[in-house]
Amino acid sequence: MATQHSRSAARLMMAPAVILLLGWMLVPLTMTLFFSFKKYLPLRGGDLGWVGFDNYIRFVTSSAFWPSVLATLIIVGGVLLITVCFGVLLAILLDQPMWGQGIVRILVIAPFFVMPTVTALVWKNMFMDPVNGLLAHLWKAFGLTPVEWLSQASLVSIVIIVSWQWLPFATLILLTAIQSLDSEQMEAAEMDGAPPLARFGFITLPHLSRAITIVVLIQTIFLLSIFAEIFVTTQGSFGTRTLTYLIYQRVLESQNVGLGSAGGIYAVILANIIALFLMRIVGKNLD
Amino acid sequence: MGQITLEKVTKKFGDVEVIPPLDLTIEDGEFTVFVGPSGCGKSTLLRLIAGLEDVTSGKMMIDGQDATDVAPAKRGLAMVFQSYALYPHMTVRKNIAFPLRMARIDQAEQKRRIDQAAAALNLTDYLDRRPGQLSGGQRQRVAIGRAIVREPSAFLFDEPLSNLDAALRVGMRLEISEMHKRLATTMVYVTHDQVEAMTMADKIVVLRAGYIEQVGSPLELYHTPRNLFVAGFIGSPKMNIFSGPEAQKHSAETVGIRPEHIDVSRTEGTWTGRVGVAEHLGSDTFIHVHDTGLTDMMTVRISGDIEVSHGDIIHLNPRQDQFHRFDAQGLRIA
Ligand SMILES: Nc1ncnc2c1ncn2[C@@H]1O[C@H](COP(=O)(O)OP(=O)(O)O)[C@@H](O)[C@H]1O
Ligand SMILES: [Mg+2]
Repeated sequence: MATQHSRSAARLMMAPAVILLLGWMLVPLTMTLFFSFKKYLPLRGGDLGWVGFDNYIRFVTSSAFWPSVLATLIIVGGVLLITVCFGVLLAILLDQPMWGQGIVRILVIAPFFVMPTVTALVWKNMFMDPVNGLLAHLWKAFGLTPVEWLSQASLVSIVIIVSWQWLPFATLILLTAIQSLDSEQMEAAEMDGAPPLARFGFITLPHLSRAITIVVLIQTIFLLSIFAEIFVTTQGSFGTRTLTYLIYQRVLESQNVGLGSAGGIYAVILANIIALFLMRIVGKNLD
Repeated sequence: MGQITLEKVTKKFGDVEVIPPLDLTIEDGEFTVFVGPSGCGKSTLLRLIAGLEDVTSGKMMIDGQDATDVAPAKRGLAMVFQSYALYPHMTVRKNIAFPLRMARIDQAEQKRRIDQAAAALNLTDYLDRRPGQLSGGQRQRVAIGRAIVREPSAFLFDEPLSNLDAALRVGMRLEISEMHKRLATTMVYVTHDQVEAMTMADKIVVLRAGYIEQVGSPLELYHTPRNLFVAGFIGSPKMNIFSGPEAQKHSAETVGIRPEHIDVSRTEGTWTGRVGVAEHLGSDTFIHVHDTGLTDMMTVRISGDIEVSHGDIIHLNPRQDQFHRFDAQGLRIA
């Protein structure tokens, strides 16, 4: 099929998509780069000219930088750990034949359809509220002092909320992977004398490694940029200021576009480092 | 040891009875083949023996011990699956070692058994490859290797050759037969291919819709099929079966004659017909004869080569002592 003619036709037809994607990506990136070298304070004098690497130096030397990188990594790592572990367990559970399987599956997937803002509000007001929240009532029922989730265990709370939201995604992908496992393999292992736990470790888990890789890669991309959950709950206080949130604060709260843009470039670099790192350790599962 | 006895075993999937009450004894060291058309319950029966399915009622004994509720791994049986069911992420060596590892057999013994099995199955050069890098025949060998190293009291095969091409199938058939002679272990082998059944079995169990139609040695089934189903199923090409006045002459409702028991003549014979297709195999010639007035088509098998072509009129002489006679219920008349 790969004649000269069909190849040029293919290029021609791909061109609109490629151009659109390039524009989509390049225009904001170039603008961010452009502003990151400027002192640009919209409410305090506007464009105040070129400043070289000043913004970059100020962004990393600010006391908020490293804690924000750490918060980002903790949230991404925590959510990945929870969604993958529980996702595997839920997928195995949902794969068992049971009554009302269809409805249960839809219910499990439901959280994914709820908008992040709504998710965060529901958790903040209905579950984690120290006075009226369900968790507070639960604590009181056991005679304990309710936890003030969003201030006392702020990072944990964010991780829980975001995990709740992403668990359906992980479960769904892992469930389809489990369903593609050849049942004869499991039976062969059973006849070979492997008890259930060994069958899980030797057959199911290796079979899932590819799906787990995909879950980790896709989720990492989205989790690096979570924003609504933090905005709605802690507003970046109590150690929940992620890199994304710090940039937001620099641009919109401090009205310093140049500084925020420099932060944006750091975020791009961080995302790429993590992507490379992930590709290295898990990417070999994808060949 | 590996004697397997089924007593009044039944299996239902929901309301569908796949195996009606069934009694069967598989003797120690015997090569038993379950043969029957697709969907007749061969695999189900094998899986019941393996313990992968629970019996609905009845009793299963292995070496005189009640094994009805014994877990598959504890029955001492090894199974080779139709899809081979190799573990794709493990090397051949790890695949073969898996049952030994699960049984916590020590490393030296593991290595000894794996090397022995690999040598016997020509797998020594492939031990470090993964199943995905092997051909169909090699995968089949790995599956067999994984079964051998366990030193089971019986092997269960579920259509192990059906995914191989014809030439490889003949080769593997021989290898499995040789393996049986060497190990002298009980083997239960499921196939829908009557040629495999005839060539490999000590004892053939012919199944239809879960019922055992006949149990016997290949030649017993060939010479004295108990009913029309077995008569039509065993033998290749199929037996010519017809009823009507010609059958009445033999005082039977239906009679059958095998293609190899009919002689052909140019000049005279009991029956006359027109040649349809003649298949010249060199060693044999299969002639499909039409317009005999008995059935739509008679098949005749002549040893060696014979000059016939489409449209020729030929005469057929059945050997009178080779007729199989059946009554109105389709049962053999002695
Ligand atoms: N798990 C199952 N659930 C329901 N019906 C089944 C199941 N397994 C097999 N059957 C049915 O039992 C019959 C026998 O199947 P099987 O033993 O696989 O036949 P064979 O191996 O002889 O081709 C078929 O009609 C099949 O549809
Ligand atoms: Mg079958």
